[in-house]
Amino acid sequence: MIDILQSIIPTALFFSAPLIFTALGGVFSERSGVVNIGLEGLMVMGAFVGIVFNLTFADVFGTWTPWIAIIVATIIGALFSIIHAVASVSFRADQVVSGVAINFLALGIGVFLTKQWYGKGQTDMVSQPFFTTDIPFLSEIPIIGPMFFKGIYLTSYLAIFVALIAWYVLYKTPFGLRLRAVGEHPMAADTNGINVYKMRYIAVILSGALGGLGGSVFALTIASNFSHSTIVGQGFMSLAAVIFGKWHPLGAMGAALFFGFAQSLSVVSSGIPLLQDVPQIFLLIAPYVLTILALAGLIGRADAPKANGLPYIKGSR
Amino acid sequence: MTSNNKLFGILVPIISVILGLLVGAIIMLISGHNPIAGYAALWNGAFGDAYTLGETVRRSTPYILTGMAVAFAFRANLFNIGAEGQVIVGWLAAVWVGIAIDAPMIIHLPLAIIAAILAGAVWGFIPGLLKAKLGVHEVIVTIMMNYIALFTTNEIIRNVLTEQKTTTETIHGSASLASEWLQSITYFSRVHYGILIALFAAVIMWFIMERTTLGYELKAVGYNKHASKYAGMNVSKNIILAMVIAGGFAGLAGAMEGLGTFGNISVMSSFSNVGFDGIAVALLGANTPLGVVLAAFLFGTLKQGALEMPTGAGVPTELVDIIIALIIFFVASSYIIRWALLRFTKEGK
Repeated sequence: MIDILQSIIPTALFFSAPLIFTALGGVFSERSGVVNIGLEGLMVMGAFVGIVFNLTFADVFGTWTPWIAIIVATIIGALFSIIHAVASVSFRADQVVSGVAINFLALGIGVFLTKQWYGKGQTDMVSQPFFTTDIPFLSEIPIIGPMFFKGIYLTSYLAIFVALIAWYVLYKTPFGLRLRAVGEHPMAADTNGINVYKMRYIAVILSGALGGLGGSVFALTIASNFSHSTIVGQGFMSLAAVIFGKWHPLGAMGAALFFGFAQSLSVVSSGIPLLQDVPQIFLLIAPYVLTILALAGLIGRADAPKANGLPYIKGSR
Repeated sequence: MTSNNKLFGILVPIISVILGLLVGAIIMLISGHNPIAGYAALWNGAFGDAYTLGETVRRSTPYILTGMAVAFAFRANLFNIGAEGQVIVGWLAAVWVGIAIDAPMIIHLPLAIIAAILAGAVWGFIPGLLKAKLGVHEVIVTIMMNYIALFTTNEIIRNVLTEQKTTTETIHGSASLASEWLQSITYFSRVHYGILIALFAAVIMWFIMERTTLGYELKAVGYNKHASKYAGMNVSKNIILAMVIAGGFAGLAGAMEGLGTFGNISVMSSFSNVGFDGIAVALLGANTPLGVVLAAFLFGTLKQGALEMPTGAGVPTELVDIIIALIIFFVASSYIIRWALLRFTKEGK
């Protein structure tokens, strides 16, 4: 049993990290009242930037390259999401439609530039991806050490750390209170002197930053190159995690960990006596089926922020 | 004011397409290509000869149907992002019937098509039911249904229809929509009789929407759920029906691919995007059958013509995806286009 956990937990953490980042982005955006179907596209953009930066600057920055690459991808993701913010906050576009357009646009730009710069549909493998590390001392602890601190990606810890920060920001700071107020009742928030448009812009840009971060972490830990099929559904899975986690940062983190766990099961299940007879297909579709069940109220009720998806028009009731 | 609204309704899509193409030209300029050569290649790739013309029609056929799958639900104020999954299950069902059954064409072909419609309808029924009975948002459920469709279909292809292969055998000739006559006049493009079915389906959508009680109730529910309820309409029934019919249209689009274009189904590593593109088609077509047909031909043309752009002008085909994304943005942000138009006309006076 311990052997099994020691093989599953690192894999689960490895698969969940990108989902956690992106799902937190989704929480910020949706909590402010802007639906973000574009998470997938933001991840595509992050993955593209992460890989291209890594390929270009691997010689300059050496082993620091992946860390700088994810920072750059975060910034570009934030900038890219401004398109979604402008369309859905200022231009009052249907937020779902705008999100769909973000997905098309990111993939189009990514593959277009890949072909333009590399002359083919996919990039080379990066030479400086993230590598697994053993944490000194902690990995020596019996039983727990190999589970959580051996052969692990530092980005997985970063993801959990960012989730805690997101929870603190959303629930313990005035900024978080305002952001949530804007998503629940924008008119009341406006009456109290909160700038609804500004808060929503910030929230969407945060979601772009975190989506870009998630995409680049995915690219630099799991995929190692960029093509049209690098990000296939991870963004939508993160969106599922947002809802499954009931729009709460820690809930979203838990859901993302669970989905990562489900994915890792479909990878390592052949070595587990109880699971090797379960067809892989059930593990593959588990996150999606569970999300539907969660929404249907079978796993506790999931209520969206009240003003989620509604553009705010000053002066209208 | 109403005539103004109608005018805007036509102007906004046209302006959006023009803006999209303009930005596409600017992108070509910046990336060091000749936009005129690029668009000339696109034109040749879509209409250059009988073969490309046939392929353009072939490519537009499923877009008409997925466009309607999204548009039909839109009219009842439902957002069907699930067209993609509904296409996949329809495709699978059509090919399955095409392979598994032996019957004369007059029975076999309709049977395969009905199977596809039913499969798509079932995939639309689930989100419809959850929306109507439990108030679950259809966007999320349909997205999840897309992935369930993708993975389940791959599994069935690998383990049920074949023995660990990635492509099924070809459907029997008695279930095929392929037309030797259409192929012979288009230098053996893959254009098939499905286009007639798609156009007929557009007429059916118009008829349901404009000439039946059902269509009237669907639109009423779309405008105002509560008012419809007080007027004695069965709101949940209408929501479910709208999703079922929308799913049926998308399933039929799957039949176009399975029985017409390909004649088989392969394991997919990611989505075909026929369903997602349907969102763009519906949006540009203002959710009316005629608009959808026109928009479907526009996107079919862009997508088919794009294939000529790398060889003709050195421009990657993905430029067209960028243009389509921009067109969606512009149509979605029509508020700002209307605002600009109003400013413009006021100053003109």
